Amino acid sequence: MVVSNIMDKIIEIKNLSFTYPDGHRGLAGVDLDISSGENVAVIGPNGAGKSTLLLHVNGILRSNGSVKICGLKMDEKNLKDIRRKVGLIFQDPEDQLFSLNVFDDVAFGPINMGLSENEVKQNVSRALGWVGMVGYEQRSPHHLSIGEKKRIAIATVLSVNPEILVIDEPTSNLDPRSKWSLVRLLNQLPITKVIATHDLELVRTLCQRTVVMDEGKIVADGTTESILADVQLLRAHGLAQ
Amino acid sequence: MKHSFIDEYSHLNSFVHRLDPRTKLITSLVFILAVVITPGSAWQLFAAYFGIAVIMFALSKLPPSYVLKRSLVIFPFVLLIAVFIPFFKEGQVAGSYNIWLWQVSVTYTALLILANVVVKAWLSILVLILLSSTTKLDDLLNGLSQLGVPRVMILIVSFMYRYIFVLADEVMRIKQARDSRNFGGNWLHHIKTIGNMLGTLFIRSYERAERVYAAMLSRGFEGQMRTMHRLRFQQADAYFGAIFSVVLVLSYVIWL
Repeated sequence: MVVSNIMDKIIEIKNLSFTYPDGHRGLAGVDLDISSGENVAVIGPNGAGKSTLLLHVNGILRSNGSVKICGLKMDEKNLKDIRRKVGLIFQDPEDQLFSLNVFDDVAFGPINMGLSENEVKQNVSRALGWVGMVGYEQRSPHHLSIGEKKRIAIATVLSVNPEILVIDEPTSNLDPRSKWSLVRLLNQLPITKVIATHDLELVRTLCQRTVVMDEGKIVADGTTESILADVQLLRAHGLAQ
Repeated sequence: MKHSFIDEYSHLNSFVHRLDPRTKLITSLVFILAVVITPGSAWQLFAAYFGIAVIMFALSKLPPSYVLKRSLVIFPFVLLIAVFIPFFKEGQVAGSYNIWLWQVSVTYTALLILANVVVKAWLSILVLILLSSTTKLDDLLNGLSQLGVPRVMILIVSFMYRYIFVLADEVMRIKQARDSRNFGGNWLHHIKTIGNMLGTLFIRSYERAERVYAAMLSRGFEGQMRTMHRLRFQQADAYFGAIFSVVLVLSYVIWL
């Protein structure tokens, strides 16, 4: 993995709004810049627009606002490059793991990139090594525990050497032990991370910067320390009692 | 939740397991074809086929009770189709019965045909059980794809197999939620609930399909499914194919 100079803007989002086909407002004028090497938490109540925002970062959803990844404008031409640079991990690993065995799933990205057979194999074993799942190549996803599925899901995007990891609710449904081992794993990956979550313990351990969203808008953006100390802010947005 | 699955014994390690899926696919098809075109009177040939199947099962280390149990599954289907054959064939009468207003007679030729249908179906299913129990489904699909089966078909089967367990879990959860709130009611009410359950299940599957597709797009999917062809023919495949053909042809020459 390559960590480029720290102050490079790796994600630039300007005035992004999005309305779902059923008329539901997903995002209402979001501005967000993220620099290379940052670990950013996106927190907010259910329905705040966190997942909608993440889906814009690799162009699954697109709308009128401007999204730039590594300086590349989000359009048809750059889509392929952007998706290579942004590894998006979905909340439910059952959605992320759609192949009949772990190898095929982790190899899906590299094969789509057009890598040679040897490179694919190398990338797969390296990605499985990073998440500590070597030896699981021939297992089928529906026989894995949730913790294992989450790790494999992370490997499926690490195998293309992304520059940004975008993760939706990494610790949902995990027991504390699997959760902390996953947090340690994420902590060791030297790569820009954007993590949407409700899990404030995770935020405190993993992220230096926190963005609070509510009703499709960013309502606060600052260091994790200052935001998690602001009980009034957390209460106002349903993140504390 | 854990489910049993069709390739339950595919992780065993035996000569048959190690054969290339394509070898197994082709020989299985040839075997079934041979069984189907064999005339019903050539009972020695059927015995030979059965012998071949038994040898293969012995080599595969599959538990015989498992194989027998699974092979029984087809009998309801075969019997449903074949049960009327004995009544519609002319020839020497084996038995005659009066059922209310009709007189029904069964002939020897017809019984022979019935027995023949059952034997052929059973032999064919035995081979298919051998194939599906000694090959992992993903290897089987990989083999099919390398034999030129259209990718769309492979994809449909592959997604079906991947998500059928997820769906079964979902059904189980919906059912539990219903049962824990079920306080009687008449059958009409029950049917309504089942209708709602089906609707919910359909919508959930549809939404899951959209999320899976988004996950595929995120990893560079562009409408062309590509997987690595990792199958290699081994020497064992050549030997097995040769021996299989010789045995089959010899049986034909000797007993037909």
